[in-house]
Amino acid sequence: MKRCVIGGLVVAAVLTAGVGFAQNKARAENVPEIPFESVPNFFKMPPDVYFGESMGVARNSKGNIFVYHRRDDTRLFEFDPNGTFVREWTPGLYGFEFAHKVRVDRDDNVWVVDEGTNMVIKFNPEGRVVMVLGRRPEAIEGAVETPEGDPPADERYLFGRPTDVGWDGQGNIFISDGYINHRVVKFDRNGRFIRKVGSNLRGSEPYQFNTPHSLAVDAQGNVYVADRGNQRIQVFDNNLVLRAIYDNVGNPWEVCISPGPHQYLFSSNSNPDSNTPASSWDITGEIYKMELDGRIVGKFGRAGKALGQFQTVHGIDCRNPDELIISEISAWRVQKVRLRQTTTTSSR
Amino acid sequence: MKRLLLVSLAAAAVALGVSVSAQLSFPEIPYDAVDPLVLTRDVYIGEAAGVATNSKGDIFVYTRTGTPHIATAGSRNVSHGGARLLQFDRTGKFVREIGQGVYGFLEAQQVRVDTQDNVWVVDQMSSQVIKFDPNGRVQMVFGRKPEAMRVPNLPLSTLADTYALVPRQGKPTPAGRGAGPNAPPGSAAPGENFNRPTDVAWDSKGNIYVSDGYGNSRVAKYDPNGKWLKNWGSTGTETGQFRVVKGIVIDAADNVYVADRDNRRIQVFDTEGTFKTQFRNVGSPWAICVTPGPRQFLYVSNSNPPNNLDYDGEIIKMSLDGRIVGKFGRAGKLLKEFGTVNSIDCRSENELYVGEIGNWRVQKVTLKPAAGTQ
Repeated sequence: MKRCVIGGLVVAAVLTAGVGFAQNKARAENVPEIPFESVPNFFKMPPDVYFGESMGVARNSKGNIFVYHRRDDTRLFEFDPNGTFVREWTPGLYGFEFAHKVRVDRDDNVWVVDEGTNMVIKFNPEGRVVMVLGRRPEAIEGAVETPEGDPPADERYLFGRPTDVGWDGQGNIFISDGYINHRVVKFDRNGRFIRKVGSNLRGSEPYQFNTPHSLAVDAQGNVYVADRGNQRIQVFDNNLVLRAIYDNVGNPWEVCISPGPHQYLFSSNSNPDSNTPASSWDITGEIYKMELDGRIVGKFGRAGKALGQFQTVHGIDCRNPDELIISEISAWRVQKVRLRQTTTTSSR
Repeated sequence: MKRLLLVSLAAAAVALGVSVSAQLSFPEIPYDAVDPLVLTRDVYIGEAAGVATNSKGDIFVYTRTGTPHIATAGSRNVSHGGARLLQFDRTGKFVREIGQGVYGFLEAQQVRVDTQDNVWVVDQMSSQVIKFDPNGRVQMVFGRKPEAMRVPNLPLSTLADTYALVPRQGKPTPAGRGAGPNAPPGSAAPGENFNRPTDVAWDSKGNIYVSDGYGNSRVAKYDPNGKWLKNWGSTGTETGQFRVVKGIVIDAADNVYVADRDNRRIQVFDTEGTFKTQFRNVGSPWAICVTPGPRQFLYVSNSNPPNNLDYDGEIIKMSLDGRIVGKFGRAGKLLKEFGTVNSIDCRSENELYVGEIGNWRVQKVTLKPAAGTQ
């Protein structure tokens, strides 16, 4: 593990010399390919219904699928398990401005993370808002200039373009925050601040982040943070003490942990927006299937515009680890993907 | 004044059987709370900036919702949307929306219902006060929404070109705009040129009072037909001055109670704006309400700021002379906790409706005061 940490730091130091981050070829080698197929025409859309940039996708326990996406306005769609459009949820909600993620908790509450309003919103299964975290800046303040240099100190109850949400078995809430802050915050189930890791400042040391872009929580309450700009996944225990770093799967845009007695960690080394630089198309775009301890089971997919290829994966639902729902920013698309069973292999 | 206040506090404390300590503690009023509105996937609100009931028990909610946006219009930007006025019946069932898409609904600030069941809305961003009759038709409009905002951006309350702009030095402060070069800051010109107004109230003769507000620091008085009568106040900390005039209520004897939020006090005036007294024991008053009936009380919310749940948040009940009867609540997201209360309806003394910015919620609070605390 220690070697991984050191290696990661060197890479991160190189990375942060540039602006933001560059999408990188994953360091893992000899990773088995997992055969898979994408279900054609899975989503049945009424003629006047379209996806925009498909930021988040999540299923509830009944198999219904929620897609949080950027069409004309940011919208939350619900589909049945067969991909048939059911309804739109709360169009024009005050917290909907620029979609980033949707997740469904164990009680089928639907949570959205919006990086335009800086809010995390919890709906009950009937679609009623039951909790809000963060606060949309008041319109009367007008447009706010994008700050140069370091952002202001992070505040307990406000977010700076948050990215994702997860929960442990006690219902504690973990929020990755995000593009402006670089931290992960733990709240209790009632939304009261407990602690955080990271701060308003970008960094590449352990416990620091460079755009924590996604997170997932396992059954033991460990928190896996996709530290995208640092090309690593940082794994924390429930008290946000660092336990491990996985730095061989590229720049993780999205992580997902499957339920059940044997949990898997999925992580997407998504190809960058607009496939720029063009060479990135050839070295990124794959999704890794991992054991929780970081051993890689296999990978699948690559960058491309055809069905079964990926264009900047941003959301993964892995409620069924052999049947994923995958949303893509750049393709305005959501795919249902079936993985074929693989023998348990691990590699570095 | 200060000595008097301390004496009266001490007297109140002794009368209530509690001890005065460095941290004044007031009796907790037992209470319960429910979420009274039937909200669904199809009927939903955002920040519950204003809540008020009419004589039939109908509940009006003026909420920050939808997508407040600016549209490009050459060198000026035009603002639209962001607030709605919803009516629910006494059981919390949605009845109707009022004022769909009207010009002045930009950022909800407050709603109040007068004795004739007219519904008055105060919008902070359009800087307007709008009176709807009980049928929901517009009956009177105060102020005018700024036509447009300049490019590059200024705060959206700032007029683009209709009036002379305050030079852009640091954060523009249009307070006092139009009142003349020698007018004290925040005093505002005679008339209706509000700057982020906050609340509206009426005296026994039907005169109209607007607290104005975040931008200006005045109370404006109008006759029942809407003709301007007088202003009082300017920005500052002296008596008769304000820093964020956040709310206003008037009792049956026509005393005017003004929530002077950032000076952490309530100032009491007569209807001509003559200062009478002040209460400095309420924290930061974000919302204020006066009960009807022969023995009136004030409710005042020392709301937690939107960025923090870890302090403040209680609502204080006090008699009209400023003595505190008790308090209840704290900041939080659960039922019975409060998230930046911005509005209180106290048509019934022990059954309040509370509008929260932080929790996008209205709570119906039932107080169960112990015998002898009143």
